[in-house]
Amino acid sequence: MNYLASIGSYFIMIKEVFKKPTKWSVMKQLILKEIDELIYGSLGIIIFISFFIGGVVAIQTALNITSPLIPRNLIGFATRQSVILEFAPTFTSIIMAGKVGSYITSSIGTMRVTEQIDALEIMGVNSLNYLVFPKIIAMLFYPFVIAIAMYVGIFGGWVAGVFGGFSSSADFVEGLQLDFIPFHITYSFIKSIVFALLIATIPSYHGYYMKGGALEVGKASTTSFVWTSVVIIIVNYVLTQLLLG
Amino acid sequence: MIEVNNIHKSFGDTHVLKGVSSQFEKGKTNLIIGQSGSGKTVFIKCLLGLFSTDKGTISYDGKIYSELTGDEQRNLRQEMGMVFQGSALFDSMTVEGNVMFPLGMFTKQSKSEMQDRANIVLKRVNLIDAHKKFPSEISGGMQKRVAIARAIVMNPKYLFCDEPNSGLDPKTAILIDNLIHEITQEYDITTVINTHDMNSVMEIGEKIIFLKNGLKEWEGSNKEIFKTDNEAVTDFVYSSELFKKVRQMYIEERN
Repeated sequence: MNYLASIGSYFIMIKEVFKKPTKWSVMKQLILKEIDELIYGSLGIIIFISFFIGGVVAIQTALNITSPLIPRNLIGFATRQSVILEFAPTFTSIIMAGKVGSYITSSIGTMRVTEQIDALEIMGVNSLNYLVFPKIIAMLFYPFVIAIAMYVGIFGGWVAGVFGGFSSSADFVEGLQLDFIPFHITYSFIKSIVFALLIATIPSYHGYYMKGGALEVGKASTTSFVWTSVVIIIVNYVLTQLLLG
Repeated sequence: MIEVNNIHKSFGDTHVLKGVSSQFEKGKTNLIIGQSGSGKTVFIKCLLGLFSTDKGTISYDGKIYSELTGDEQRNLRQEMGMVFQGSALFDSMTVEGNVMFPLGMFTKQSKSEMQDRANIVLKRVNLIDAHKKFPSEISGGMQKRVAIARAIVMNPKYLFCDEPNSGLDPKTAILIDNLIHEITQEYDITTVINTHDMNSVMEIGEKIIFLKNGLKEWEGSNKEIFKTDNEAVTDFVYSSELFKKVRQMYIEERN
């Protein structure tokens, strides 16, 4: 019953976020600040992880090709498919649920604990719109992060494949172009948009409705990471079934 | 004027407010006192609209809060200023940013006009050199003064303070009390203060409400509190040896 009540209050929160908008001149600044914090601030870690994940996928694929009958361009093909379909959108989103999600929960949670949210409400500000809406808008830029993760992941695969001596550059590139289905990119971006909304809203919910003090802020951050990850995994399954099944 | 009529508030099985009624007049400093757990904070949060009441009404110059629409309630809140116990300043903004915040949200003033207004109120609370500092870089007393400046920057009709001098040294606490009292008279505001501080009671309590177990036990002014025979009030107000002696002297002088 508690879970049902939480799901209900999550959707009520979403409705409230879009009510009584904050003045545009103020909101514009907040959106730019959130883009800087949530998107630009995450690029470094995403590039780093994507590069090495792409590299590991290429090496693992190469090491598992034992039959000489299997063409070496499979390394490029497998890297592309793995990175575009799953590693870039889903794996990156789990990382973002940890990095961005815990930041959102702890920052909003601290505002709750120190009565800053009460202060906003008393001033007549719709605190949910003021705090959560800019995060949702900023996270709409998330597909750009995913596009970068795809590019860097495949590049990492190429570096590992070619410089590790597992494949020639020509074989790898041939594999990248083999049986390419453009809809896979669309599928990946659809997923990333949905995950972006989850990463912006679930941690906000946990921060906004938290009760207690500093210790509870930490607990709320952990809970929000767990739930964001769980929901991402379930939604990933549902979307895959709907879009590719 | 704020009129509170028979308000009740419960949390689960805990009945916190059990029918409190009172009136808070314009231009007066009204104090809510009582032991911890007596319902003071819940009472002030009901006045602010942060908690809805289970029963009873609160009206602001004739407008009954619970009968207003969500937007009307938010508009009414723009006429309220609040000084929180922990100041509740926005950490990410400078002192000036905090004070200018309500102006930026609800007025069409240019940046220079907002800065001018922020300067006026910061000067009024005797903070001149702290404009560019962040809340974490200033003392507790200064934070309280910034919170007061932010609360009055929009010329509110109603000012609420939750233990404004808690955690402050006695001298700063008196300064804060006097500042709130002067501002109340100067801006003709209805001020309601939730406090434990007996100095505040004696110094600025033009009207005092004593809450006990969610009920209004006593009501009067700082002059009347000396004369009261209500045991619960005297036990609470004169719990320290110093105040006991002060009262004894007052009674002896009167006799």
